[in-house]
Amino acid sequence: MRADMTLPWWAWALMAAGFVVFIAMLTVSIRRNGGIRRPLFASPYALWMILFTVLPVILIGYYALTDANGAFTLDNFRAFWDSNFASNKVILEAMGEAGEAYITRGTVNVDTLGYSLWMAFECTLICLVLGYPAALFMADRNMKLGPTLVVLFIIPMWMNFLLRTIAWMSLLEDSGLINTLLKAMGFQGVQLMYNSGAVLLGMVYNFLPFMVFPIYTVLSKMDIRLSEAAADLGCNGVQTLYKVTMPLSLPGVISGITMVFMPSVTTFFIPRVLGGGNTMMFGDLIESKFLTEGNWNVGSALSLIMMLLILVSLSILRKADPNGEGGGIA
Amino acid sequence: MKKFLKRFYLGIILIFLYVPIVVLIIQSFNAGRSRAKWEGFSLRWYGELFHDQRILSALNVTISIAVLAMIFATILGTLAAIGIYSMKKRPQAIMMTLTTLPNTMPDIVTGISLMLLFLFTRVPVGYVTMLLAHITFDTPYVILSVLPKLKQMNKHIYEAALDLGATPTYALTHVIIPECMPGIITGAMLAFTLSLDDFTISYFTTTPLVQNLSTLIYSAARRGIEPSLNALSALMFVALLVLLLIVNRRTAESN
Amino acid sequence: MKKLILMAMVFALLLPVCASADEVVNVFNWEDYIDESVLKMFEEETGIHVNYMNFTTNEDMIVQIEAHPGEFDLCFPSDYIIERMIAKGMAAEINFDNIPNFDQVLPHLLNPDYDPTNQYSVPYMWGTVGILYNKTMIADPERSWHILWDEQYQNSVFMMDSIRDSIGVTLKYLGYSLNTREVPELMAAKNKLIEQKTSGVVKAYQVDETKDKMVAGEAPLALMWSGDAQYAIDLNDDLDYFVPQEGSNIWVDGMVIPAGAQNKENAEKLINFLCRPDIAQMNCDYIRYSSVNAGAIELMGEDYTSNYVMNPAQEVIDNCEFFHDIDDSFRAVYESLWMEVKNTK
Repeated sequence: MRADMTLPWWAWALMAAGFVVFIAMLTVSIRRNGGIRRPLFASPYALWMILFTVLPVILIGYYALTDANGAFTLDNFRAFWDSNFASNKVILEAMGEAGEAYITRGTVNVDTLGYSLWMAFECTLICLVLGYPAALFMADRNMKLGPTLVVLFIIPMWMNFLLRTIAWMSLLEDSGLINTLLKAMGFQGVQLMYNSGAVLLGMVYNFLPFMVFPIYTVLSKMDIRLSEAAADLGCNGVQTLYKVTMPLSLPGVISGITMVFMPSVTTFFIPRVLGGGNTMMFGDLIESKFLTEGNWNVGSALSLIMMLLILVSLSILRKADPNGEGGGIA
Repeated sequence: MKKFLKRFYLGIILIFLYVPIVVLIIQSFNAGRSRAKWEGFSLRWYGELFHDQRILSALNVTISIAVLAMIFATILGTLAAIGIYSMKKRPQAIMMTLTTLPNTMPDIVTGISLMLLFLFTRVPVGYVTMLLAHITFDTPYVILSVLPKLKQMNKHIYEAALDLGATPTYALTHVIIPECMPGIITGAMLAFTLSLDDFTISYFTTTPLVQNLSTLIYSAARRGIEPSLNALSALMFVALLVLLLIVNRRTAESN
Repeated sequence: MKKLILMAMVFALLLPVCASADEVVNVFNWEDYIDESVLKMFEEETGIHVNYMNFTTNEDMIVQIEAHPGEFDLCFPSDYIIERMIAKGMAAEINFDNIPNFDQVLPHLLNPDYDPTNQYSVPYMWGTVGILYNKTMIADPERSWHILWDEQYQNSVFMMDSIRDSIGVTLKYLGYSLNTREVPELMAAKNKLIEQKTSGVVKAYQVDETKDKMVAGEAPLALMWSGDAQYAIDLNDDLDYFVPQEGSNIWVDGMVIPAGAQNKENAEKLINFLCRPDIAQMNCDYIRYSSVNAGAIELMGEDYTSNYVMNPAQEVIDNCEFFHDIDDSFRAVYESLWMEVKNTK
């Protein structure tokens, strides 16, 4: 480790003060109760989360609402709506009225957000269509495959996801394995990469297990007697699936949708590798605002918008599953 | 027939999941650098792996951070879970929101928010900040795995222990913690895996100077992956697989 | 179990400590822009440990340097970024007493526009921007930027995901200066780039990936820096490179010590080492850019002087233009222009 710990003095002072208060609270409560009150066990964690989760989110809000000099402004949100906002200002300053001809509203940010949502929607839908039957068959008690298959679904996730995505690139490239194979068999090569289809494939590949697990968990816990009863009452297989199994697995489906949709909207890297940088997703946009343009203020505004959007869609999904039974990984 | 179709379907999905991994492992044995052309079998990249300073130090960072983050997150998270469990309703609800909040935040936002925190407080980013970030995203998972075990626990065990003369501390270490050990272990494993595999949050909370495997792969991806990185991940993959088999055999035996 | 955990902890704590050395220099360079055995030699000769890190574009680099002052001891920005670093006080004055090999630098590269008093930078490499093409796919390309817009080559062009380079060559194609601040000219360039994308000529926007992909025969045409082009040509005889007749960008990458660097003297030692003719020659043989080092050029002899990629004719050089920095406010125009291009579906 290098000499990494050079904090400004006030940060140390603040931390020391916090520590003293914390110890004082602990001592007082121990004196009073003859033992540490157990709710206080959570206090280090609470402190930690305030410092490393709440404070950072507040900082995003702070940067989103200020300009480069730290003065309050709403321009960053205007820049979300009109990606040419800053540029237009400069053009008008430089050219005066003659510049008006070159002023257009830039739709980059809004378009990218729309595109990301659309891609995430498609990805979630495909994962659901592919994943539901898989989960259903895994949970099929006659086949006794469940636990083994769960492990088989988890194992690929141990391989670094970046490397797996790159491996797809070596399959899909024009000079890649699939095309080499096609050409060897006398077919014409096809362009599989550098388009949104390839990006979608990469996303589905990465997120499919997150759809399968929660559905499988719910289905495997389902009381088998319910479908037996349905059969006894005259339902055929398809009817049982529609009327009994599917409604009962809804919490799993909701949880799966959440777990696929959320990371899909914010995907970055995959569009760059498999899409050849031809399409940009919202994650790429945020990254380039921070790390290429160095524009923290607009970048923060975009992050904030993305966060709000996700919170809204989550609360809608929660409405569909009020008890949160879909457990997910746990 | 139906059974065959079901198996067939699952087989197709599994092939889809495994194809890139097989490709990757095969590439790691390719004598040449090319991704698509087979130039003969060789262990060259496995040899080069152990001389590549950058890969080794990235491996170092990855594993040490995963272990440290796991330890801190498990301690912090287990304590927190016990605390939250014994709280009154209102504070409990607040703490649970605080715990689920990071799960609802996209990774990229978490990463960026931490980056802003470190830049704002002028903490030089690097190994320490990456570790802090990892502990931060690991801990809620530990809590979420320990809490259900606490809820399942029979409340009276603890009271019985007190009645039999145990001090609260003794009851805690000898009754409560053993009771939720499976949850603690699950949480620790989860934390370890998450931190091992994390890219996005690490990417924003470190400099190019301190890289873990993910960020190294990310920067290497641009100019074509070193096949030794494939070799390394093939090795790690096999190691985990063996570990899994051993654990499986052990649990089978103990059953 | 407890012992195991304890051991794991000690192990984990020891690991990062082992990696540290007393004397270090933190180097921030482009991907694949140095012969790494040169760094090993430097470590062996001086005992200074080199921490070597990479960036992809000038813009990414300067953001990192601004965000993490004191983190980097030596970086390799291009001319226009050096200009910006000096203007913003981000470059440290170099102590040239520590760099006796500085006299090897070609005289016409001294006191350049971007560093008029030559206090802050030492030239590292120079080169041009041009087109790398595959002779088996395109036998006789027209020597004009127009070929990157030629609709008969569908899905064939690797453009550069680098804002100044891609906009710059488009401006050149249209006959403008690549440092233009004329809005109509920039808008014309934007429309041209959007037209290129919608007509289906572009295959991908990328930077460092292109080299390997061109060697593998993934596409017939790519916008490229000369050294990367030569590197690819070395690996695949089917490839060739030219600078279009409309002219292009010529650039110099320099070595700069960021202000606040913690190991400034070590960085100066490394600069001096890299200026040593035999080292500069090794480096140049590996990365294939044009050398700034008189001694190295002499050592490379015919190989270098007869190579038209690395040593372009004077009329090609005269036809090219250097980038100048676009100031902070006007840069917004370039940035949103480029974003609009990338956003085009």
